[in-house]
Amino acid sequence: MYTKLFKLFSLQKMIHSLFLINCSGDIFLEKHWKSVVSQSVCDYFFEAQEKAADVENVPPVISTPHHYLISIYRDKLFFVSVIQTEVPPLFVIEFLHRVADTFQDYFGECSEAAIKDNVVIVYELLEEMLDNGFPLATESNILKELIKPPTILRSVVNSITGSSNVGDTLPTGQLSNIPWRRAGVKYTNNEAYFDVVEEIDAIIDKSGSTVFAEIQGVIDACIKLSGMPDLSLSFMNPRLLDDVSFHPCIRFKRWESERVLSFIPPDGNFRLISYRVSSQNLVAIPVYVKHCISFKENSSCGRFDITIGPKQNMGKTIEGITVTVHMPKVVLNMNLTPTQGSYTFDPVTKVLTWDVGKITPQKLPSLKGLVNLQSGAPKPEENPSLNIQFKIQQLAISGLKVNRLDMYGEKYKPFKGVKYVTKAGKFQVRT
Amino acid sequence: MSSNSFAYSEQSGGGEATELGQEATSTISPSGAFGLFSSDLKKNEDLKQMLESNKDSAKLDAMKRIVGMIAKGKNASELFPAVVKNVASKNIEIKKLVYVYLVRYAEEQQDLALLSISTFQRALKDPNQLIRASALRVLSSIRVPIIVPIMMLAIKEASADLSPYVRKNAAHAIQKLYSLDPEQKEMLIEVIEKLLKDKSTLVAGSVVMAFEEVCPDRIDLIHKNYRKLCNLLVDVEEWGQVVIIHMLTRYARTQFVSPWKEEDGLEDDEKNFYDSDDDQKEKTDKRKKSYTMDPDHRLLIRNTKPLLQSRNAAVVMAVAQLYWHISPKSEVGIISKSLVRLLRSNREVQYIVLQNIATMSIQRKGMFEPYLKSFYVRSTDPTMIKTLKLEILTNLANEANISTLLREFQTYVKSQDKEFAAATIQTIGRCATNISEVTDTCLNGLVCLLSNRDEIVVAESVVVIKKLLQMQPAQHGEIIKHMAKLLDSITVPVARASILWLIGENCERVPKIAPDVLRKMAKGFTSEDDLVKLQILNLGAKLYLTNSKQTKLLTQYILNLGKYDQNYDIRDRTRFIRQLIVPNEKSGALSKYAKKIFLAQKPAPLLESPFKDRDHFQLGTLSHTLNTKATGYLELSNWPEVAPDPSVRNVEVIELAKEWTPAGKAKKENPAKKFYSESEEEEDSSDSSSDSDSESGSASGEQEEEGDSSDDSSEDSSSEHKSDSESASEVGNKRTAKRNSKSKRKRDSEDGENENEKSKTSDSSNADSSSIEESSSDSESESESESESESRKVTKEKEKKTKQNINPLTKDVSLLDLDDFNPVSTPVALPTPALSPSLIADLEGLNLSTTSSVITKEVRLKTSEEKSRKIFKDYNPHIMVSTPVFVPVKTHVLLHRMSGKGLAAHYFFPRQPCIFGDKMVSVQITLNNTTDRKIENIHIGGKRLPVGMQMHVFNTIESLEPEGSITVSMGIDFCDSTQTASFQLCTKDDCFNVNIQPPVGELLLPVAMSEKDFKKEQACLSALHLPAQQTQEC
Repeated sequence: MYTKLFKLFSLQKMIHSLFLINCSGDIFLEKHWKSVVSQSVCDYFFEAQEKAADVENVPPVISTPHHYLISIYRDKLFFVSVIQTEVPPLFVIEFLHRVADTFQDYFGECSEAAIKDNVVIVYELLEEMLDNGFPLATESNILKELIKPPTILRSVVNSITGSSNVGDTLPTGQLSNIPWRRAGVKYTNNEAYFDVVEEIDAIIDKSGSTVFAEIQGVIDACIKLSGMPDLSLSFMNPRLLDDVSFHPCIRFKRWESERVLSFIPPDGNFRLISYRVSSQNLVAIPVYVKHCISFKENSSCGRFDITIGPKQNMGKTIEGITVTVHMPKVVLNMNLTPTQGSYTFDPVTKVLTWDVGKITPQKLPSLKGLVNLQSGAPKPEENPSLNIQFKIQQLAISGLKVNRLDMYGEKYKPFKGVKYVTKAGKFQVRT
Repeated sequence: MSSNSFAYSEQSGGGEATELGQEATSTISPSGAFGLFSSDLKKNEDLKQMLESNKDSAKLDAMKRIVGMIAKGKNASELFPAVVKNVASKNIEIKKLVYVYLVRYAEEQQDLALLSISTFQRALKDPNQLIRASALRVLSSIRVPIIVPIMMLAIKEASADLSPYVRKNAAHAIQKLYSLDPEQKEMLIEVIEKLLKDKSTLVAGSVVMAFEEVCPDRIDLIHKNYRKLCNLLVDVEEWGQVVIIHMLTRYARTQFVSPWKEEDGLEDDEKNFYDSDDDQKEKTDKRKKSYTMDPDHRLLIRNTKPLLQSRNAAVVMAVAQLYWHISPKSEVGIISKSLVRLLRSNREVQYIVLQNIATMSIQRKGMFEPYLKSFYVRSTDPTMIKTLKLEILTNLANEANISTLLREFQTYVKSQDKEFAAATIQTIGRCATNISEVTDTCLNGLVCLLSNRDEIVVAESVVVIKKLLQMQPAQHGEIIKHMAKLLDSITVPVARASILWLIGENCERVPKIAPDVLRKMAKGFTSEDDLVKLQILNLGAKLYLTNSKQTKLLTQYILNLGKYDQNYDIRDRTRFIRQLIVPNEKSGALSKYAKKIFLAQKPAPLLESPFKDRDHFQLGTLSHTLNTKATGYLELSNWPEVAPDPSVRNVEVIELAKEWTPAGKAKKENPAKKFYSESEEEEDSSDSSSDSDSESGSASGEQEEEGDSSDDSSEDSSSEHKSDSESASEVGNKRTAKRNSKSKRKRDSEDGENENEKSKTSDSSNADSSSIEESSSDSESESESESESESRKVTKEKEKKTKQNINPLTKDVSLLDLDDFNPVSTPVALPTPALSPSLIADLEGLNLSTTSSVITKEVRLKTSEEKSRKIFKDYNPHIMVSTPVFVPVKTHVLLHRMSGKGLAAHYFFPRQPCIFGDKMVSVQITLNNTTDRKIENIHIGGKRLPVGMQMHVFNTIESLEPEGSITVSMGIDFCDSTQTASFQLCTKDDCFNVNIQPPVGELLLPVAMSEKDFKKEQACLSALHLPAQQTQEC
């Protein structure tokens, strides 16, 4: 009785199995870390998927009689993990995203084709990333030492020499205090690049006033430095950074006391920090939209007219503008003329996309024309909101500026560079 | 190959395949036995040949194809013998793939799997740690019960391996073995115990995972490792952090007393304390209730804080739930920023985080109010995210922001996503009931929605309006009429039922319409939904009772229809109603009361958040997300009444090494004069030793800090609060700790009651350790600008308690019941080198057991005599404000509960220096809610103060639970007069005029000085012609 009771509760923790499912509902990869769980468990997932109608609405956590399914949706793929007992759901979700990131990192894309082509590497990766359902090595630098990413050259060499793409030494990082960096890195050109990317999240209301706006930023780094460099990056105005999350390499205490980012970087590309600019600061909105969208009562057409103009752009050009509009269901077709760029309207998903390009202040881009509605259907209640994408090079909209980058611990002189970009994040204009 | 045979092999479930495979291998001539599979086997035959070839490349190709089969979920079990032969392959990639295969199929082919065991046993002795580790991994992943003893042995050996990587794998293997054979529990616990002592950050996460899996109830294993785990935490890999934080949360809930109790327990404690003058024994019993945070508790809270900055959402959430469940209420606020940050992440993370925020925002609106706009909905959000955001917005709604929110909701109602629009309408309903100011606005808005074109919107509005009308039925005849008209057009059953119910309920207010509606309904009765039918019956019954002349026949018609309905519920209801309302000879006594029964006043429904009942689940857990208890969920225990012995966390070995006497009970019970300092030394030493034993990164950093601060405090002259100007929140731990030790020291020296010159080092570390427990709140108290009332209050109370704890010591040491006394957490006055030499000399004499040569006097000086006091200070820097020796328990009634509509307020004078200004007298007000509902928004309204008088009011109390009580401090500058300070005490609904008139004595401030000084000052005073002063000797 005693043992039996324990059997009942000793069901293993954490991630039990993983299924990869494509958009059409095929399970194209499965991996079990413990005893095998039948594919049929995914039926519960399919059921939920059906109910949700939209892929975005599939609940991430599903409870089934014997298991719990925690899933993520990434790049048109569902990663469905099977859990048997209590576990922090974010733990699993975060891990699944890490798996997807790793695939992306290894194969350049996280797609069904890429995964199927590299199924052995995928299996080896999954084996290393999770032991008995508990994450083992998730740091890309370590994984790359254990399992070499596929390259054409290497696969040719391997097929001739019979050597493998599996490392046979323990990744040095695993044992040191800096598990994110591999040892013995060597470059002929030592470079350190930082991209300061800021995104403006905003909701603009009908009248053009800002309902909500904030700036979220990240600093992505591409570090190719030999040896064990110890970097410190300082800002002209660190107080701007309100809420920061760090890569584990950053020394928190140094930041707390001096507002300097001090770290021994991982090798290659990684996200150094992500931050939010304190909400007290007013956010400059670089574009404005004039819009006039109307649907006539009892008629099967409507008018659509939007114009985009620059506003507070700090003298920089705004480029890469795209406007995406989810039109109401009753819209059949749209007949528009852009003064600039090109537009597409998908009559199935009812998504209008207008690729504008650059704004030239002399001639503001506009898109005008008629909307054909389903005849007989009532006119839409609400005008659709406009989602706008844009990009401003050489500008961090918050005014954040990197002051200097110092390197300690190595003798050579690295090449350093900082790039600033401002983008639209979730930038929505209500009409 | 033939497609159908292939399909068959694909379909065959695991069990069947196993049998086939086993048989196939045992008979060796599979082709004869299973002709059906021939073509399939041919393919496998080819793989077999490749596996048996001499070339590694062929083997590798074969293995890759096999792994591909496994990945697709195809059965490759019959290749087992061929594959298992390659387990000893030199090629590491082949080996790895064989491992993959073995782990997948060993359970099904146990006998054959045994062939591979010897290879692993050999590999376990390999000089390469990677090979040792992976051998252990595979060995433990092969779920074959026969090898349990071998696994056990391997785990034991690996747990002592030199390589932390191998030890980490050993920790993982523990869980696997346990799930294979729970009988091994005891042995495994031994290994866990051993591994818990491991100092490597690599091992920590994994072993705690194993602990959680195997023996989560053996909390005793954690004690000795607690401090180490706390200190290692920052350096552990992120996944381990999550597990450790969750475990430590549970640990803290069993080992420390609640930091939340203070509000409730406070008044009690105080009273008892003051009574203690008469009844010492009682005091000692009760005093244990007075709360000071265990330094270990503080350690955990402090060390997890940096992790809020982690890039891993799971870690941030884990820290957030830790703060939510174990930190003092005043400190929880810092997590909100980080949680809001997570909302930028992908949809799955958003979903979980929003759910948790929803739960938190019910209990503590204030936390997320500044981030209100972050929860605004975008049209591109998935519906599940939208509804969660809406939920949070509703929880955050209050009088101040409701108008903005309602405008925002208006946009949402028009959304194309109708499910979301419906949810918004529900939300508006909830806001309308929660915030009475906007009820009418909301109702009007909802009525407008009744003419919406979308039926779902209309139906939802009807349902919500019904609920709203139920709360204030009287004046809404018009709306009911309007809704009655809707019955012609609307088809959604819930909405129809709602309208009918409303008409029935208000049938006397709409006497003309009601019978007509019934007539219409009777016509279409048979085609209605069951829900609607029941309401038609109800309506009929109610009308029959109130207006039987017009509706008698109609009702009987409906009852007849109902009698033969297909649904038994409706037939039952019909029968019941008929018996009740239609008088016949058999009808019993009940029918007399039919009207009362049907038309009784019904209580209005409570529109509650669906997240209301989730708070009993630990945040961030699967159970919380699902709102049901998941398998293996461990309930978070309630705080213990009395903290278990904190000394269990001391690490003894090092204590002895440093030659400190171990903390023995006997010693503690002996009320020796040096009790405090000694026991504290012990604690400190163990504290620092535990630090030193974990020599990794942060831990050593902390040690430095400690060293720093103690240095500082011993050097510094310490009487300057120069850190006051610094903003408390921005300064890092280090600063805070330092400053605290400083300020503490100052206070201590001022108190100047106990002294022990024995060791300066212990002294300074002592100050440090006591500062741990107060670090944040203390620092806040120093900056006046700090606006959070709660934190201030807490600080205040702490200060007071500190003093309470010290007080009796001065009076009589033997009073102490040392068992109840948590030595570390009690701030104790200790002399410091920072004091001027003369005072040290004085204090040295002040040995409590010896007959004191110096008389400590408590002189009460009139606060009003600010100037003269300043003069004093100029004359003699040794005069310092001291704790009052006697504080009367007497409280004065500020507001009686009868006149305060259930809100009672008492005040008393704590006789402490006021933190709001040195001319002010501190007043503590205890508010009690004697009603059965929440009292919200308690604040001080209009003040009518005599000229010159000033008052520092307490911050608004957002809400006071029923039966709850809360104590707040305020400062009043009475301008040396006994004039009355009149002001208004306001709640959300009412204002009460109250007065505080100070007795003369309360305007005085206690000061300690030596007799000599006293004499000197007395001379000065008399020269200044001051009124009589009280002196008191102790």
